[in-house]
Amino acid sequence: MATRLKEVDAVMVGMGWTGSIMARELTKAGLTVIGLERGEDMTPGENFALPNIRDELKYTHRLELVQDPALETLTFRNRGSETALPMRRMGSFLPGNSVGGAANHWGGLHWRYLPSDHLCRSHIVNRYGAKVIPEDMTIQDWAMTYDELEPYYDKFDKLCGVSGKAGNLRGQKIPGGNIFEGPRSNEYPNPPLKMTESALMFEKAAKELGYNPFPQPISNSSRPYTNIEGLTLGACQYCGHCDKSGCEANAKAGPLVCIMPLLRAEPKFTLRTRSWVSRLIYDKAAKKVTGVLYTDTRTGEEYEQPAGMVVLSAYVFGNISLLFHSGIGEPYDPVTGKGVLGKNYCYQLSRMGVTMFFEGKEFNPFMGAPGAAMALDDVDGDNFDHSGLGFLGGSRFACGHADGRPIGYRPVPSGTPRWGAQWKKATAKWYHHAANIAVSGSNYANRNNYIDLDPTYKDQLGRPLLRLTYNFVENDYKVMEYTIDVAAKIARAMNPTSISPPRMRRGDYDIVPYQSTHNTGGTIMGGDPKGSVVNRYLQAWDAHNLFVMGASTFPQQPAYNPTGPVGALAYWAAEAIITKYLKSPGPLV
Amino acid sequence: MANDEIPRRHFLVGAGAAAAALTPTAVPAPAEAQQKPAAPAAASGPEGYLTLTAPEAAFFSAAADTFIPADELSPSATDCGVVTFVDRQLAGAWGGGAKMYRQGPFAKGTPTQGYQLPLTPREFFAAGIVATNAWARKTYGKDFDRLTPKERETALKELESGKAALADFNGKQFFEALLTITMEGFFADPIYGGNRNKAGWRMVGYPGLPAVYSTLLDDYRNKRYVVEPQSIADFS
Repeated sequence: MATRLKEVDAVMVGMGWTGSIMARELTKAGLTVIGLERGEDMTPGENFALPNIRDELKYTHRLELVQDPALETLTFRNRGSETALPMRRMGSFLPGNSVGGAANHWGGLHWRYLPSDHLCRSHIVNRYGAKVIPEDMTIQDWAMTYDELEPYYDKFDKLCGVSGKAGNLRGQKIPGGNIFEGPRSNEYPNPPLKMTESALMFEKAAKELGYNPFPQPISNSSRPYTNIEGLTLGACQYCGHCDKSGCEANAKAGPLVCIMPLLRAEPKFTLRTRSWVSRLIYDKAAKKVTGVLYTDTRTGEEYEQPAGMVVLSAYVFGNISLLFHSGIGEPYDPVTGKGVLGKNYCYQLSRMGVTMFFEGKEFNPFMGAPGAAMALDDVDGDNFDHSGLGFLGGSRFACGHADGRPIGYRPVPSGTPRWGAQWKKATAKWYHHAANIAVSGSNYANRNNYIDLDPTYKDQLGRPLLRLTYNFVENDYKVMEYTIDVAAKIARAMNPTSISPPRMRRGDYDIVPYQSTHNTGGTIMGGDPKGSVVNRYLQAWDAHNLFVMGASTFPQQPAYNPTGPVGALAYWAAEAIITKYLKSPGPLV
Repeated sequence: MANDEIPRRHFLVGAGAAAAALTPTAVPAPAEAQQKPAAPAAASGPEGYLTLTAPEAAFFSAAADTFIPADELSPSATDCGVVTFVDRQLAGAWGGGAKMYRQGPFAKGTPTQGYQLPLTPREFFAAGIVATNAWARKTYGKDFDRLTPKERETALKELESGKAALADFNGKQFFEALLTITMEGFFADPIYGGNRNKAGWRMVGYPGLPAVYSTLLDDYRNKRYVVEPQSIADFS
């Protein structure tokens, strides 16, 4: 029997980016808020300190900051005709496991989505006609435009201290920035990071070919920075340990640096760690939730936390799973196309790129950061004419050095043995002299890619695991083929001594190797309850006091990494709650 | 180098049943003993194992030294502490199956569904060594660690390509795990027992810690940054 606790105004389920942003905004508006976090608390000073934070084995390979699949994982199959089996180790994607969430170990790439990404289906229909969209491609528009979200993108930029260079300032195109981006109301809060030698070589070659390279926007402060909350971030040290690890310099933005110090001092806020929410308490007739049930993972004791409002702010899979376990939202059926919960699961096309070897060039690959790179958007989104190409979407490129950590980073020319004396010679010879153009592609929704509940496997609380049915489709392979050719052209123009065959795969999606923690969809946003789980304010159609945050609300995934819009949407939803919902609780649309 | 081998051999011989059949001539001649190493091994030989049996330690040593033989670039994997690293990894939480989903039922699955065995890493390596040695005895008449360096190379290539037909065990999957843990032992921070004297880092020119490069990035643009590598222990 669960112990019933005293009611609060709002409960956050998960204390990563969106939970901490929402808790901050709601407590500022006077609400009492509890943040329930399954994992432990962390502070950079204690958990991300030198020297132990520079431990490649612990963080990159033993996944210290990553969710434990023994608690909760998912099952996976490439197609509906197969039996899904559990993902027994984390691999392809790495959700977080503590206060701060995946933002503790993210790489920091901080993008906005293109105006045309916000209007994905209608933009394509307007430009090319509806017939170019394959019958099984279930893309749809976002529930708000880029221009509507821009002030919130801007606010999140200023929370994080993003470093970069604007390419479109209030409609004026600025060479050297990303000329394809939507209009910004302000320049980036910080100038770009220093560029590595490889990035400068890429920039030169790309420009000579007529492309438009720009510094990759990054949530690492290039200089000491005081954010909109009055908290100070340090300057990036180019340590090469950003992704999968914490930042000892407090330069990489995250809830622990950018918000939590204020929430810890906020009397209206209570942080409750090791508190695993098992389901929401749903009053279907009243179309509202009355609170959450959670388990104290130290004791196994169960508690009921009544709340006037619930914010789902877990990772993508946590949000989807809680809706399934609470009976909120009609599960999606790929055969009939009916239902919405679990629909339009998308990912990102990764593991692509071109590796180049330069005799005589010294790269010191261990000095850098994901933002010490030049990016390219010319063949991304709908920045290029797709007429007659037979696919939609595209890829973004980046070239720089961000990680010379030698367990994982050991580039050798193709054809080199993987071990033995020859491998040693090649590894020692090329470690300092290789560079890579990374290619990440968009992933548009397909009716056969979805999430539901697994019939066999359970999590540690005894709840069914989510079941992921997902594979690449023809559109994805065509995006890969077309864009990797462009990357290879730039690579050749960089004049390397040798170049490896461009990496891409035509086979099935593989859940084993790390690709990206950029899973999206499953609780998508939209204009009507038949085609979406949440409305334009991320309010659940089926429970007006339930708000679902994060990338699970994205109807499809552009090539960009999702954190920028995830933060912007949290601010957008928070403002709608404060200025609209609290005055008149009920459906906002 | 050769001196470092002596305590290990004594340990093997003294280890009872597994070593009882060994005669002095049957003890493997380590590949590294046949070549002049680049630098003396930093630390002394094995300081005892937490979990590895003597035959397992011999197997790991033979495999790791085939992957990473001694030459002018580095001492052998064993002399760099890779077997000690493997032992500590398998004896610890990771070896015991930490951060794995281990509930059944267990089914084979497709390659894209990933690892589906009920075994922890400790159990997986134990089973893999037994299966590989059985295959080696059938194919070469000897356990893997008693093959000549040339035979070991051939045997590992057979495992890598999937040509080796292990009884009821996936040899290619075992090979991948073996190569991965060897490379981890060679390149991980020395605090874990491998990468002794930062030999792996020296081989590629990785400086280790503290990795604070905000001014050095420009100072060493297109110029090699060479320093004495430092590890976690150097700052602890």
